[in-house]
Amino acid sequence: MFVKKRVAVVGAGMTKFVRRAQETGKELAFEAARQALDSCNMRIQDIESVALGTAPDAFDGVHMKGEYLLDGAGAWRKPYSRNYVGGGTGVFSPIHGWFHVASGLYDTCLVVAEEKMSSCLPHPQAAFLTIFDNMIERPLSPNLIWIFALEMQRYMHRYNIPKEQIAQVAVKNKRNALDHPSAQIAKAVTLQDILNSEVLAWPVQRLDISPVSDGACAIILASEDVARRITDSPVWIDGVGWNLDTTYWTNRDLYFPRYVANAARMAYGMAGISNPRKQIDFAEPYDPFDYKELHHMEGLLLCRKGEAPKLTMEGVTERDGKLPICPSGGLLGVGNPIAAAGLMKVCELFWQLRGEAGKRQVAGDPRTAVAQAWGDLMQIGTVVVMRA
Amino acid sequence: MQILAGLFDIVAVEAHSKVSDIVDMSPVYDLALDPIYTRPLGLNANFIAGLEMNRYLYASGATSQDCKRVVEKNRKNALSNELAINSANFEFKSDGPDSISYPLTRNDVAPLVDGAAVVVLAAEDAAKSLREDQAWIKGAGWASDSPTLETRDWDKATYAELASKQAYRQAKIHDPTREIQFAEVDDTYSYKELQHAEALGLAGKSRAHQILDQGVFDLGGRLPINPSGGSIGMGHTLEMSGLVRVIELVKQLRGDAGKHQVQGVQTGAALAWRGVPTASGAVVVLSNR
Repeated sequence: MFVKKRVAVVGAGMTKFVRRAQETGKELAFEAARQALDSCNMRIQDIESVALGTAPDAFDGVHMKGEYLLDGAGAWRKPYSRNYVGGGTGVFSPIHGWFHVASGLYDTCLVVAEEKMSSCLPHPQAAFLTIFDNMIERPLSPNLIWIFALEMQRYMHRYNIPKEQIAQVAVKNKRNALDHPSAQIAKAVTLQDILNSEVLAWPVQRLDISPVSDGACAIILASEDVARRITDSPVWIDGVGWNLDTTYWTNRDLYFPRYVANAARMAYGMAGISNPRKQIDFAEPYDPFDYKELHHMEGLLLCRKGEAPKLTMEGVTERDGKLPICPSGGLLGVGNPIAAAGLMKVCELFWQLRGEAGKRQVAGDPRTAVAQAWGDLMQIGTVVVMRA
Repeated sequence: MQILAGLFDIVAVEAHSKVSDIVDMSPVYDLALDPIYTRPLGLNANFIAGLEMNRYLYASGATSQDCKRVVEKNRKNALSNELAINSANFEFKSDGPDSISYPLTRNDVAPLVDGAAVVVLAAEDAAKSLREDQAWIKGAGWASDSPTLETRDWDKATYAELASKQAYRQAKIHDPTREIQFAEVDDTYSYKELQHAEALGLAGKSRAHQILDQGVFDLGGRLPINPSGGSIGMGHTLEMSGLVRVIELVKQLRGDAGKHQVQGVQTGAALAWRGVPTASGAVVVLSNR
């Protein structure tokens, strides 16, 4: 595929992920943007456009939240737009910024993703009660946890997967996050701890789920010529993909995320990847629930359908395994400020591919990696492939 | 951008308004204000627009009579537009009792309506194979001024100036009054049309009301603005209104505008504003050449 301009990530920054930040949303966005600019010695005057990602307005209780966050994100008097595709927003934000640069319209773009869920009281779960079809689904009063419990149950049933194999993902990610300075719920937990945690909607238990978080992330994109002037080691966005399935969860294949597979094929096609299992060195699939990491590994075509739990039990997906998955600690360990969580995965790709991930660094000089998020009404997949 | 980047050849763009589902619009606008500084003041959208209108009239020397002239023009233009719901041929007699936030009156506000709009964009080769009377996007720009009421410009639409500068640069337009032959601009409030005409460079600073009075912006004038009737004549569909402006541009450039056709036009500009309390806007320049 012909792309007008090759796009690189040249800087990244993120705030700590916490349950209840003292900072306002604007301040969180500012802190992440500031860090990203400082990381590559740029000033806000060097930025030509700003792309913001943030999830439902209901979290912050501010209508048109993108407008509210504008000056915090450094967009004053700049071309600025906000994207929102639910949980998929974090990985769609760099795609949104990629449009700005790849199209030749701008040479530099600041991408910011912010989420402040704590201002939604008593619990941000309430913001999701109105997302379902108001005729057909809402009378059943579904909430996200029981929708995911259905999906998890279906996945376990389809491939005959014991709960232990799924819980192992949570053990791994919470442990990986111990090495992440921004992590909210990093912990050395045992399989038994997960299996003994409170049941919320069987088979989902408390420790199967990522937490409620506040936080922000930012990256800086630049066109090829400009990127090489800014840094000696740009990380290239070589593939982008997104895809939507039907809005109705009743009409989807709950055991396999087709939309992720379609999005991955689009991104791999652009990046010239024909055999992802061999050509991808590590991955950051979206893991708001432990089974979703497995689901999404299969969707990203990194293993056969139903094979992800086995690889996890064999240690293949550990940070020192053959195919490290969520070396950052993922949403289960670092935290889940919705939009920012997805961009955190893209930041992790950037740091890992530059060899700057410190104690989290995966071995073997990784060259190619993929990040993915999932969202909207649980039917969008967003995928970015990056290369050192 | 998706087409320019080379990702796709054909892209559909959709926008819709189902504002009739909203029982009361004003709490929705309230929630758009900064929760700490301005929301506690209990402002509402029309109040903020009234303040801005007052400031604009003061700074430009325009009067509320000039704004009424915009309303008369747009509702009259709408008579020739079959999609319009607020068309009328009338003249204001007196100030009347319909002031809602001085100097803003009920007639200065575009009525909210439902609707949906779609445009199909295509890369050059694909467009040429689809049909012969394309409208080309020559330039596009968008920008935001400060989100807080306290720290932005009130006497002019800075966001629209920045956006049009960007679009004109791409379209290589140096003298908009000569090179742009007609425009469809946001007129959520009557005074906004004047402010936006100035931002597009179609009138000098503070001069829009004088040019309006000369009839230049009329349907038969030298530089028609909102020949469709604008949001005041067609009804306001919130964020969809910008796309309606673009569709009206396309109709004119194809010669498909029917009774409100402006003869012999080649290049036009459309301007959208996101509405109170934002200072965000976008501009596109379209041409049939």
